[in-house]
Amino acid sequence: MNILVCVKRVPLTGGRMTLTEDGRAIQTRHLGFTVSPHEECAAEEAIRLVEEHGGSTTVLTLGPAEAEEQLRDMLAIGADRAIHLVSDGEEWDPQATAAAIVEAVRALPEPFDLLLFGNESADGGNYQVPIRVAHSLGLPCVTGIKALSAQDGLLRCEQEVAGGRDVYELRLPAVVTVREGINLPRYPSVPGRMRAKRKPVAASTPQRPAARLRMERLVVPEGPGKQAEILGHGPEAAPRVVEILAEIGVI
Amino acid sequence: MNIVWVDGAGDELSQQAVAFARGLGGDVAAVRFAAGEAYSPAAWAQTLVELAAERGASAVLAPATDRGNELLAHVAAKLGQPVAANCTSLTPGSPARVVRLRWGGSLLEEAALDGSPLLATVAPHSVAAEPFGEPETLAVTPAASELDLAVRVSGRIEAAGAGVSLADAEVVVSGGRGVGSAEGFGVIEELAGLLGGAVGCSRAVTSAGWRPHSDQVGQTGTKVSPEIYIACGISGATQHMAGCKGAKRLLAINPDGEASIFASADYAVIGDLHEVVPAISAEIRKVRGT
Ligand SMILES: Cc1cc2nc3c(=O)[nH]c(=O)nc-3n(C[C@H](O)[C@H](O)[C@H](O)COP(=O)(O)OP(=O)(O)OC[C@H]3O[C@@H](n4cnc5c(N)ncnc54)[C@H](O)[C@@H]3O)c2cc1C
Ligand SMILES: Nc1ncnc2c1ncn2[C@@H]1O[C@H](COP(=O)(O)O)[C@@H](O)[C@H]1O
Repeated sequence: MNILVCVKRVPLTGGRMTLTEDGRAIQTRHLGFTVSPHEECAAEEAIRLVEEHGGSTTVLTLGPAEAEEQLRDMLAIGADRAIHLVSDGEEWDPQATAAAIVEAVRALPEPFDLLLFGNESADGGNYQVPIRVAHSLGLPCVTGIKALSAQDGLLRCEQEVAGGRDVYELRLPAVVTVREGINLPRYPSVPGRMRAKRKPVAASTPQRPAARLRMERLVVPEGPGKQAEILGHGPEAAPRVVEILAEIGVI
Repeated sequence: MNIVWVDGAGDELSQQAVAFARGLGGDVAAVRFAAGEAYSPAAWAQTLVELAAERGASAVLAPATDRGNELLAHVAAKLGQPVAANCTSLTPGSPARVVRLRWGGSLLEEAALDGSPLLATVAPHSVAAEPFGEPETLAVTPAASELDLAVRVSGRIEAAGAGVSLADAEVVVSGGRGVGSAEGFGVIEELAGLLGGAVGCSRAVTSAGWRPHSDQVGQTGTKVSPEIYIACGISGATQHMAGCKGAKRLLAINPDGEASIFASADYAVIGDLHEVVPAISAEIRKVRGT
């Protein structure tokens, strides 16, 4: 089974978000980067499916030159090769992102059996890139999947809904978006990191089309403006805590 | 005329989406699919695309639920138009302007949105809910293709339904990396049990394998809205707070007085959770006389 996994580089923001002066990006000078947990799980799921059925995993990102770091992370946990669509560092809107991914997939000699995505990107939360990719490639798409199995070209997918899970069955090739919790991703090993350095990364530089959902400005919403009441230090605070719980009516 | 797909007539998110659509001006048609129609996102979207053309809709909206976001993305892909997910406001014009949630609500984006009809999903609590009449009932269009119908719910697994569900709990006692181990959650479980609440945790905990992902609160976990959220050994990363900011009150227990969780807390106990949490449980037993 040949699988494509799409991941997006995003900053690890910690306890507070600070914006750049022009308000168009998060100030990342002191931050590390990662991909969404959903996408990490998508990569883990691909690697497990390939371990079970054979084939290979290709990981793709559209992002700045530095996003090679995230591709190497995915290669370190077991992806076989990577495609880096090197962007200009500007934000690409979801339509443009999907179009670039579609073009990259079409340029490959072999089609993929399965294209895995996160359910939504961590920073954008657009809920649409995979659906657009599926539509352009003429493939079916299921989203938000928490359990996935493949047998004889048939996929069985479970999606969490209120009160239980809905089940979908469909044929490959297909596009599937996953949610964190579908698996517990492995950590890269030291030998995995060494091997990742030698795995191939194919880079190209697509042109960014005009955005049709144009980000103009980011705003950090006003916090709750709370001043926490200190109930005490250590176990001596317990009686005061219980008074509060009683006031609220939960005891 | 604006079309709003709704899950039902009664639920709050649908009522908010209809109120949001009314705010755009013009008539609003609330539509849903007949109870017998198995969910099929692309086929439902095809039906909405045809309805929008027939009525000359200037906007097609849905609540920003899993299904609302999915349907509108299919509508957008089919029409080759942009769609803005999780909007808190939409002002028609050329271009239209939206404000939308990003990073699970930790950040807002002001953006220009092209396209006709305007396509957007409505973030929860952007406007007050307004009741509306029985929505029009739709049947899947005969024009839905085989590909559209390839994805369709074909079965259902009912939840086991044991204990208090995290999403609905009145009290959530949540542990972070500061709990230190899977066994360390004993004190958290004890307090949650005494309060009839649910146990939550941070991603640091699920990544370490101490708790299942179903306990995780946050941007990629469950969103909770209890009367009180008791955060023990959690630093307060934005992605965690994205899941618990719906709590009416927040009590944080942490030895680090500088932890960012205190900036969102109503009540603070500065200390080691392994001393504080058992002391709270003991005090509850004392006042109850058990
Ligand atoms: C896209 C994305 C999505 C994410 N989604 C989520 C999500 O859904 N949920 C989530 O939780 N995280 C999420 N994260 C991870 C998040 O950024 C943080 O890494 C995580 O929340 C940290 O967990 P923590 O607070 O338990 O650990 P830490 O940040 O390590 O904090 C541990 C805290 O415990 C305190 N402590 C230590 N010892 C004790 C003690 N004995 N008693 C009391 N306190 C003690 C420390 O002072 C510290 O404040 C996401 C990250 C990304 C990038
Ligand atoms: N720049 C990108 N590069 C690669 N994959 C992406 C990119 N942006 C989005 N994706 C994929 O599409 C999914 C949904 O993104 P979105 O539609 O932005 O919420 C993500 O979880 C990724 O799998």
